[in-house]
Amino acid sequence: MSTTGGATASATEVRPFQIEVPEEELVDLRRRIQATRWPEKETVNDATQGVQLATMQELVRYWGADYDFGRLETRLGEFSHFVTEIDGLDIHFIHVRSPHENALPLIITHGWPGSIIEMLNVIGPLSDPPAHGGEAADAFDVVVPSMPGYGFSAKPTGTGWDPVHIAEAWITLMKRLGYTRFVAQGGDWGAQITDVMGAKAPPELLGIHSNMPGTVPPEISKVLASHVLGDGDPPPSGLSPDEQRAYDRLNFLFTKGLGYSQEMGLRPQTLYGLADSPVALAAWMLDHDALSLEDIAAAFDGQPVGNLTRDEVLDNITFTWVTNTGISSGRLYWENTLGFFDVKGTTVPAAVSVFPRELYQAPRSWSEQAYPNLIYFNEVDEGNHFAAWQEPEIFTNELRAAFKSLR
Amino acid sequence: MSTVATATDIRPFQIEVDEEQIDDLRRRIATTRWPANELVEDASQGVQLALLQELARYWAEDYDFGRLEARLNAVPQFMTEIDGLDIHFIHVRSEQANALPVIITHGWPGSVIEMLDVIEPLTDPTAYGGDSTDAFDVVIPSIPGYGFSSEPTEVGWDNGRVGQAWAELMRRLGYTRYVAQGGDQGAGVTDGMGRQAPDGLIGVHFNFLGAAPRELLMAALNIRLAWSSDDREQLSKFIGVAKRGYIAEMGEHPQTIGYPLLDSPIGLAAWMLDHDADSYEKISRAFLEGQPSGGLTRDNILDNITLYWVTGTGASTSRLYWEYGRSATAAFKNPPPHVSLPVAYTVFPNELFQAPRHWVKHAYHNLIYYNEAEKGGHFAAWEEPEIFTKELRAAFRPLREGRTS
Repeated sequence: MSTTGGATASATEVRPFQIEVPEEELVDLRRRIQATRWPEKETVNDATQGVQLATMQELVRYWGADYDFGRLETRLGEFSHFVTEIDGLDIHFIHVRSPHENALPLIITHGWPGSIIEMLNVIGPLSDPPAHGGEAADAFDVVVPSMPGYGFSAKPTGTGWDPVHIAEAWITLMKRLGYTRFVAQGGDWGAQITDVMGAKAPPELLGIHSNMPGTVPPEISKVLASHVLGDGDPPPSGLSPDEQRAYDRLNFLFTKGLGYSQEMGLRPQTLYGLADSPVALAAWMLDHDALSLEDIAAAFDGQPVGNLTRDEVLDNITFTWVTNTGISSGRLYWENTLGFFDVKGTTVPAAVSVFPRELYQAPRSWSEQAYPNLIYFNEVDEGNHFAAWQEPEIFTNELRAAFKSLR
Repeated sequence: MSTVATATDIRPFQIEVDEEQIDDLRRRIATTRWPANELVEDASQGVQLALLQELARYWAEDYDFGRLEARLNAVPQFMTEIDGLDIHFIHVRSEQANALPVIITHGWPGSVIEMLDVIEPLTDPTAYGGDSTDAFDVVIPSIPGYGFSSEPTEVGWDNGRVGQAWAELMRRLGYTRYVAQGGDQGAGVTDGMGRQAPDGLIGVHFNFLGAAPRELLMAALNIRLAWSSDDREQLSKFIGVAKRGYIAEMGEHPQTIGYPLLDSPIGLAAWMLDHDADSYEKISRAFLEGQPSGGLTRDNILDNITLYWVTGTGASTSRLYWEYGRSATAAFKNPPPHVSLPVAYTVFPNELFQAPRHWVKHAYHNLIYYNEAEKGGHFAAWEEPEIFTKELRAAFRPLREGRTS
């Protein structure tokens, strides 16, 4: 799968890492794709029963016939990769130092079903803004790690690697890289990890940015949780229009959109199909949330939304396949004890970008309560849950604007 | 295929399992790509790797793939079109005069396989230590989307609609006086029949409390009904059922889980094994320690999984949960009529939860029989065919002709 340089180096040193995707792995993948055995069509004409057969059949056709399996190695090979052992686990990360002086070090954390693939198109604009229509003063040194059990990071063999543990590991990583002042950014699980880093507030951490902030007030969170098993508590009253919109979106999610997270939260090991069947893995990864599924389905219908193209989507799925991380990545749901959208107690300066097709749109009012030191809040015009991936330019502009005051 | 004119006739049916399909299945099992071991020493992260690897080994190397055809074709099977769908069913008439017809409905992840070992004791009681007056004519259909019944291509095939089809099936078979039985989703179908009270249905028996959710929830959540420590224990077990991940996933997105269930035999086997902790432990002992519990043997388990595989019904069976979610929501708002027919109930000690008598009585006012069986779990007929048979005999005895209840 990969080789590391410096065999004599101690495990906790930062070691260069060479990406290799073995050809026989890809041959086996292609064979499995060709041998897919299909269910019949869903009995509805929309995605209310899950990922539709037509979408999956087109994805599998494209994957097997047109997708360039060399893309993955080529794209990843454009960046400098490293591994270093933290708490007994090899952590893989991309590390790109800016050519510009006074660049601000930044650690970006992906989520599920994402990976470092989500971030590949923002690394250049962030680290070298003049080459991408920006100013050198906005440059970042960029660190993009793979979470434990994801990508080329090692898979935990024992329990305990929850978002809090990962947040601690990231602080260790940034210090090990010699950064004494840095910022952190995340969406999805990455947002939770980043929020926790902000709550731990090590002196080196200047601030955080989130595109899926945890802002839901405890009393609202309690009502939402009560709806998972039925009608539950009455909806809250006295919400502003923004808060009502956020509540409605979250309520949809809690009642109709968390089946996959319940299964991974309770029984991740049972999802053997994700290791054995490429189509199963692809369907499971596409079925994250209704709006991103809509966008990805559009991509396979020839109408990609933003940068979320067929090739990008398949890079991420292929990466998850060749690393056989379908189940190990899902275990993070089992490990987690935090409320996805709850306030995590971040005290450092915090910035929030609200994307219109995110799972919910954090209202400014909730954001101000959740982040006592809210330095930036902006609602952008485009983008779903996969903000950096789908809208790299907007995402980059948000990070530049969000962190300007901390430089 | 039969013509439209004869579609609603009752046509004899034999299953045929394509040799190529078995070869493909064997090849897929042999080339399974495995995940890493779970991180815990127990089943708290799901089906354990060691169990599934032994299942895969036994399935590919030692399991006799001819069993499925042999076992099913050993009993009379039929097809008939009802409400636009071909319904597959086993039908065995007793040689005893005055046998009571019973329609038995399986659940998920079950099938007609669960019921094979109760057919003879029910139809021929004297050969199995029973009394000829306890004989049944037995009808065991495959729910639409399950086994060899055809798969609905439209929404709406919820438990109530399946119940209507069963009433038509019994009418078509000429039965004017019959009973119905079910556990798991089969309890939901049987409950639906009880509410519809079609002509000829004279009583029902359950081994699972699948009453309309309002009544079940009221029974479980009503503080007056959850007074004792046992009530509270059963209540927490009941809530635990509702929280199961597989129910959430199949209820929300059956199509998404359908892809692994169709493409990966091991994905299918794991999903089917992960139903409840008790049956999982028993199946685990069958594979890893050679100590099956009753009828839950390796071969029986694999007969059922192989049936799901060769019929390719992973997605269509899961859809019943999606339909159930819709109908349960509707029933919660507009409760269906009460069941006024006589109801019999057997509690198995290792069922997901042990519904106390007063819960059952709350859901079914005309409760004529309630008994706690000495052993057995969720797959009652499958695991303990003898006890299950005795329960049906005792439960329906008062409803037989010439008796007064």
